[in-house]
Amino acid sequence: MAMLADHDRIFTNLYGLHDQGLKAAMRRGQWDGTKLLIEQGHDWIINEMKQSGLRGRGGAGFPTGLKWSFMPKADPRPSYLVINADESEPGSCKDREILRHDPQLLIEGALLASYAMRAHNCYIYLRGEYIREREALQRAVDEAYAAKLIGKNNIHGWDFELYLHHGAGAYICGEETALLESLEGKKGQPRLKPPFPANVGLYGAPTTINNVESIAVVPDILRRGATWFASLGKPNNAGTKLFQISGHVNKPCVVEEEMGIPLRQLIEEHSGGVRGGWDNLLAVIPGGSSVPLVPADMCHDLTMDFDALLKVKSGLGTAAIIVMDKSTDVVRAIARISYFYKHESCGQCTPCREGTGWMWRVLERMAEGRAEKREIDLLLDVTKQVEGHTICALGDAAAWPVQGLIRHFRGEIEKRIDTYHSGHKEAAE
Amino acid sequence: MAVRRLHPDQPAQFAFTPENLAWANATMANYPPGKQASAVIPVLWRAQEQIGGWITEPAIRVVADLLGMAHIRVLEIATFYTMFQLAPIGSKAHIQVCGTTPCMLRGARDLVKVCKNRIASDPFHVSPDGAFSWEEVECLGSCANAPMVQIGADTYEDLTPQGFEALLDGFAKGSPPAPGSQIGRTASCPEGGPTTLTDPSLFDGSRVGKWQKRLSAAPGGAAPATPAAPVAPSTPPAPAAPAASASPAQAQPFVHPAALAAMANAGLVKELEDRSTSGKPMSAGELASLAQLARVKGPTAYGARPDATDGPKE
Repeated sequence: MAMLADHDRIFTNLYGLHDQGLKAAMRRGQWDGTKLLIEQGHDWIINEMKQSGLRGRGGAGFPTGLKWSFMPKADPRPSYLVINADESEPGSCKDREILRHDPQLLIEGALLASYAMRAHNCYIYLRGEYIREREALQRAVDEAYAAKLIGKNNIHGWDFELYLHHGAGAYICGEETALLESLEGKKGQPRLKPPFPANVGLYGAPTTINNVESIAVVPDILRRGATWFASLGKPNNAGTKLFQISGHVNKPCVVEEEMGIPLRQLIEEHSGGVRGGWDNLLAVIPGGSSVPLVPADMCHDLTMDFDALLKVKSGLGTAAIIVMDKSTDVVRAIARISYFYKHESCGQCTPCREGTGWMWRVLERMAEGRAEKREIDLLLDVTKQVEGHTICALGDAAAWPVQGLIRHFRGEIEKRIDTYHSGHKEAAE
Repeated sequence: MAVRRLHPDQPAQFAFTPENLAWANATMANYPPGKQASAVIPVLWRAQEQIGGWITEPAIRVVADLLGMAHIRVLEIATFYTMFQLAPIGSKAHIQVCGTTPCMLRGARDLVKVCKNRIASDPFHVSPDGAFSWEEVECLGSCANAPMVQIGADTYEDLTPQGFEALLDGFAKGSPPAPGSQIGRTASCPEGGPTTLTDPSLFDGSRVGKWQKRLSAAPGGAAPATPAAPVAPSTPPAPAAPAASASPAQAQPFVHPAALAAMANAGLVKELEDRSTSGKPMSAGELASLAQLARVKGPTAYGARPDATDGPKE
């Protein structure tokens, strides 16, 4: 597969090598003919988004155009667009680059999306730690207001207010209903669904929540056309995507590539290869910490898209690729992920609140080998009792990495248990 | 979840400075009338900055009174969100070391060791000279620049234990190095220069406006003249049976919003798309069977559907 051509890239200032100001952004083609796009009408935009095949970039992969079409068309309540910039999934660091280096893409996308859904107000919820990113985005918003691109009586003829809001360090606020709770000034504890936010969302009004990347690609899709976007990638996995490559590679980076790019090509062309060579690969977590890992022997022909990763019982998630070479203590690596979920569980549902800590403690013992072999199946059983028994997907996200570890590295855990027990037998004799 | 409590030693009172009070009032105006509680996190954050890095019990009361909230609600916020520090921090720097797996793989444990040796053996303890404190935090979103620490508003990335020591020396002397990558990278660009975005035509303005002929050829006519969106669930999902025949305006194909919602919740993306574009109205029977399907499949967000055959292997 050939590398994506530069002229097909959307995030042209991904690394901040160029000016982030409004003027420079316009030279790169942002805010170009936005009014013409708005003149095509609400339904045209939604239809174009549907046909582009864009699937949400926040992890769930839900078709963006379809999500927008759930919004009521005539409702006395105000409608809201809320943009989820609470990027906290371990491995993910793409929204940060958009917020600080290409903020006008996001602001223009927010206007177009809000217009399509007949919303006049938009909140961008940033994670609390992104302080500099918030400042950069606020500068961009101020510039857009000053240029009358957004705001009341702006040049596009659709009144539009954009507010930044921030959290204070809770991963769970990336879950859309927890985000709404937090935005309303409460603890970030997810809501039961239904009702869905499209019917009862922020302040009880119709609300759509989209990821930063999903919104930032909207202007380019509308300008270049749904067929352009759909022609990139693979069927049902259209377009370009920001891939984030971290862990044991020679040059970790964020890069925009076509959906469906082979994993090996992605790592070797942009990240200088796996540390110690491709044969030194142990496993990859392809979509952020919540998806099960994929061992090296399944990685050779693996392509990076929703469907191919589903086939190997993992997921694309946010396309955050965590590479682990053969020096990795894989049990400890997953135990650390379990600790993350224990720390970030909001405490609302018992299976998650208690289960995440339980899974972490058992994994820590297994990393030492201080466990019994029957506990492996017990652990697997507990993951099944957490998964699917909680209000939000955090329980699932905590269970899947552990399931992936047991599925592919059961032998490694057993070996440690054997080593530990034989060592202690000798000590006892 | 993390259990967090207020510090045993609390000052007697707290009051916002006039500037901060004005700022808080302006922030409250970002939200609709009566919804000023939305501003609680930003306002509490401003209080933490004013106090010098942590939240005191009197500040919680002041913020609650300002926003018209019960004191307990703001206490909940302060203890739930981990960026609110509940004990005094180092006067020169509070170090947040990211310890989550992507950073751990690239050496975050060594950074934690440096903190233990130099600052205090346990997190949230201030160093003997009062200048430093540290904690291990969860993913800070700079995974392509791991390992990293955040100090105040800035991140310091691509660290080694030696580089981290030098960073701490800088803070001790009051002259910290520039934030960002400590090995000279630009943001998350691959080391040694970008592999992409080298085409000069992206930046010289030559692409502006070229796309417009696609739309201006048929102004406003790229879409069909009739608003023929195949699915338009505009009624709230109350009744269990589809209300397609309820109003004459609903003559076009109609899928019950509750059914769509159930499918969306179950992660039935493909099925949902097929169903919503097929253009057939939905019968009560179909709705019921969908609800059944949604229950069987359970919530499977995030695209992955772990298999059901992963049972114990005895």
